[in-house]
Formats: sequence, structure tokens, C-alpha cells
Amino acid sequence: MSEPMVKAESVHKRFGRLEVLKGVSLEIESGQVVCIIGPSGSGKSTFLRCINHLEKIDAGRLWVDGELVGYRQAGDKLYELRDSEICEDRAEIGMVFQSFNLFGHMTALENVIEAPVHVKKIRKRDAVAQGKVLLGRVGLGDKVDAYPAQLSGGQQQRVAIARALAMTPKLMLFDEPTSALDPELVGEVLDVMKSLAFDFKTTMIVVTHEMGFAREAADRVLMMDDGRIIEEGSPEHFFQAPTEERTKQFLSAIL
Amino acid sequence: MATETVDQVRPDEIKAIPVRHPGRWVATAILLFLVFALVNSMAQNQRFEWGIIRHWLFSSRILHGAVLTIELTVTSMAIGIALGVLLAVMRLSPNPLLSGASWFYIWIFRGTPVLVQILFWFNIAALYPHFSLGIPLGPTFAHFSATSLITPFVAGMLALGLNEGAYMAEIVRAGIISVPEGQSQAAQSLGMSRLLTMRRIVLPQAMRVIIPPTGNETISMLKTTSLVSVIAVAELTYSAQLIYSVNYRTIQLLIVASIWYLAMTTVLTIGQHYVERHFGRGSTRDMPVTAAQRLKANLLSIRREDSGQAR
Repeated sequence: MSEPMVKAESVHKRFGRLEVLKGVSLEIESGQVVCIIGPSGSGKSTFLRCINHLEKIDAGRLWVDGELVGYRQAGDKLYELRDSEICEDRAEIGMVFQSFNLFGHMTALENVIEAPVHVKKIRKRDAVAQGKVLLGRVGLGDKVDAYPAQLSGGQQQRVAIARALAMTPKLMLFDEPTSALDPELVGEVLDVMKSLAFDFKTTMIVVTHEMGFAREAADRVLMMDDGRIIEEGSPEHFFQAPTEERTKQFLSAIL
Repeated sequence: MATETVDQVRPDEIKAIPVRHPGRWVATAILLFLVFALVNSMAQNQRFEWGIIRHWLFSSRILHGAVLTIELTVTSMAIGIALGVLLAVMRLSPNPLLSGASWFYIWIFRGTPVLVQILFWFNIAALYPHFSLGIPLGPTFAHFSATSLITPFVAGMLALGLNEGAYMAEIVRAGIISVPEGQSQAAQSLGMSRLLTMRRIVLPQAMRVIIPPTGNETISMLKTTSLVSVIAVAELTYSAQLIYSVNYRTIQLLIVASIWYLAMTTVLTIGQHYVERHFGRGSTRDMPVTAAQRLKANLLSIRREDSGQAR
């Protein structure tokens, strides 16, 4: 029995006096695609950011690929990881943001090869070759030299996905990847994500409101509300017979 | 159906009679008259002694002074920028000791006049007659006397550079803050360290905000170097002073110095435009035009208007 890719045990997170995560527990197997839905402020994005230690958790335990996130345990003592160790862990987890966050002073290709060259220390020539393949895969083989400002939102988000993939991550986190897009551009990004799920068996955690994507690509759907997971199941379960009243309310509001 | 066919015929270009601006012509006339009057008086007034100005403009003493001014500007700006980046990064550090030290530095050096700082460094020998390089309470490796190490030029360079560092720190800090938080988050999520993120992602994008005020500072520095004349460094102003203290052509030599200052700031202004253009890449869809391109475009548009009217 292999370790789950992500395991959370009663994860808590506070911002000042506001408790955003109030005990999140879950296990995600390698190769699974999990969608997290829920109203804004329910803690979905925060939970995602905890997984790659962009946020520090206050209580509970979080493992990625069998290793504790942000800490090392020796006996019953926890030691904070050094910055360089945190960076190494983050390098293996890809993240795609709602607002793309492409590096504005770099072309699409430069965005994609930046981390492979400077973090993984891959030879630039190899990184460029790999970067072009990746940009081709997300359908942007002809936009290699374009700056982010010259690309549409959907194109920018696809570059961002290629940039994350360039680090050959074992886990991909998507934080509302299509929420900032014009409606007609959502499809192209979802198509790339579906191909990751079906053709490459990438482990993915997707915070999204795109129920169509969830139905097609997700193995599981989690519903979060008020800092907790209140319901989970297959996409069919959510479409046909959600049990919780809050889930029914939420789904009827977004569908 | 009928309206559709009408729509497909492109209507004639609008040919309207432009609005007249008589006020502009009046203003232009007044301005031209004033310029003429000024130039005329300068040309007629024998006391300007243009011959003297022409004579000294390219004299070797003035040229040496100008070179020294450039050296002072370049070295003190280099110190200022390096120090400014360091202080800005320190100021934004989560370590309170580092940010506190940076705050203290800026407080001291921004809070006292440059002229006082120049005099202070010039007189540093009074406080520390000797400098030695070594380990405190341990062996020393080298020994210098203050007067040989801190020459007037070095004193001026230090004073201007250290003072500039305080101003540059604030400029760089503003630039760093202007880069959206998402940029460093994206860099972090790719496993880039804090330092790598700063060097590769944040600072290059902060440049767009940092460059214009830095250009200002450089131009300002070029002129501020004239203060160093008080400690007898023969830069442009002091060279001019040395000459007019002998021949009493005060105004003429000040005009000579001013012509050089103006020439140098002009070169800097043009350079700044191209540096801004370089660091502005990626921020807009089109590259900003260079001055030469704009001139060309203007000339072309005039010609096009002419030919349009001819038709």
C-alpha cells in the first residue's frame, strides 16, 4: 500500500483572530483528481496554499508524498524546515493561480524555463527544448516569444500551467484557474487540465466552480464550508443526491 | 434589405473645417517677440564678452573639471545605488534588526544637509587620524593615515554616495512594493528562494518604477557635485572659480560651467529615455517609441497631411 499523495489531519489555520480552517482531514491518492467546491471564504484557497507551505498551518498535520509539510519530526519534537528545504519541497508541487501571475518582464518561454534553469539547474539549452514542447502541448507553440501583456487571459493561464509543469511536479494545485477568465476562454484552459488528468494521470487538486469539469475529470468532489469539509463523494453523487442542505443550496446557486 | 446594401457602401471620409485657435497665434507671436528681445540683448550687450566664453569653453582646465565632475557623479551614484538596493532589501526584511538598521541609516543621512556631510568627511581626520584594518583587540593587517586615505576627492565621493544611498533606498523600496504580491508568490511556488525571487523576478520589474526617479537623482547628483568645490576638489565649478578668481570674469566662467552642466544633463536625459525603454519591455503591448522614431513619425505625418490636402 503506497502512501497517499496528500494527507491532512485536522488542519487548522488562523489569520489573526479569524479561524479560516477548522479541522480539515483528507487523503488523496496518487493520480487522483480532486475538485474542491464551496462558497468564497470557506477556506478552499487557504487549504490549497497550506499544501505547498505558502501559508503555515497552526494545528494539525499535513503530509505530501509521505513527508510532513514545513516541518521535520524527530521523536515527538517538530523542527521547522530551513528555507532551502521548503524551496526544494515547493519545487515538486506545481501551482496555478487565479490571476495567472506570469512574470511580466519575461516572454512565455522565459517564464517556463526560469525555474528549471535557476532552481533545478538544468542546462539552458535543454530547458528551452523542454519549454517549447510544453508550450506546444498547451497549444501555444506559436506564442513562445510573446510577453504576457500580449496574450489573452486564457493564453496566459495556459502558459502558467506549462510553467508549473516544467518542474515535473508530482502534484498540481489549481486555485480557481478559470475564475478570472472571460467565459469564452474558460474552455481552452479546462481542455488543457483535462488532458493532464486523462493523458498524464497527474495528481491534481482543483479549487473550482466549474461543475462541468468536475463531472468530466474529477474522481472526487469535496464541498467546503466555514473551514471544514462538509461533504465529499463522486461527482455523480453531487449532481444527483447531495445530502447536506448547505451543499444543495450552494449547487443550486451556481448551476 | 435596402438598408443593408446602403450600409455596405463606405461613407465618405469626414472633411470638416478645423476649429480656429486665434489665441494660439497671439501667444506664439508674443513668445517669439520675447525670445527675439532676449537673444538680441544678449548679442548686443558687450559685457557678456562671448569671446571670453568661447576661449574658456574648451580650455583644458575646464575640461579636466568636467571630467572630474563626471567621475564624481558616476562613482557616488554607483555607491548610492548599490547602497540603496541593500538598504531597501534590508528595510523590507522580516528581521527587525535589519529593517531597524536601515531605518536608522536613512534617518541620519537624509536628515542632515549634504554640505555638512561633505565637510564632515573632509574633516574626518580630526576624529580618526589613523585607520587600521584588522580584528578588534586582535592583530592588525594594514595601517593608513586618514589624510592619505580620505583625499578631498574621496571625502566628496563618500559624502555624496552615502547621502545618495539614503534617497535611493526609498526609491528602490517604492519600486519593490510596486511589484504585485502574486509575482513573488508564483516564484515561491516554483521553489525559488527569497533571494533568487528578489534578483530574478521582483527587482527587474521594480526597475520600471525605479529608473525614472533614479534618472532624476543622477541629474541632480551631477549638479550637486558642485558642492564639493567647498573642499577644494577641482571639479567643474571649482575649476571655473579658480579661473575667475584670477581674471575676474566671474559671469563668463559661470556661463562656461553652466553650458557644460547643461550639455551633460542633456546627454543623461537622452540616456534615461533609452534605459526606461529597455526596462519597460513586457509592460505594454508595443515598445515605447524612441525620440528618433517620434521625430520621423511626426515628419511623415506632416508630409502625409500635405499630400492629403493636395489631393
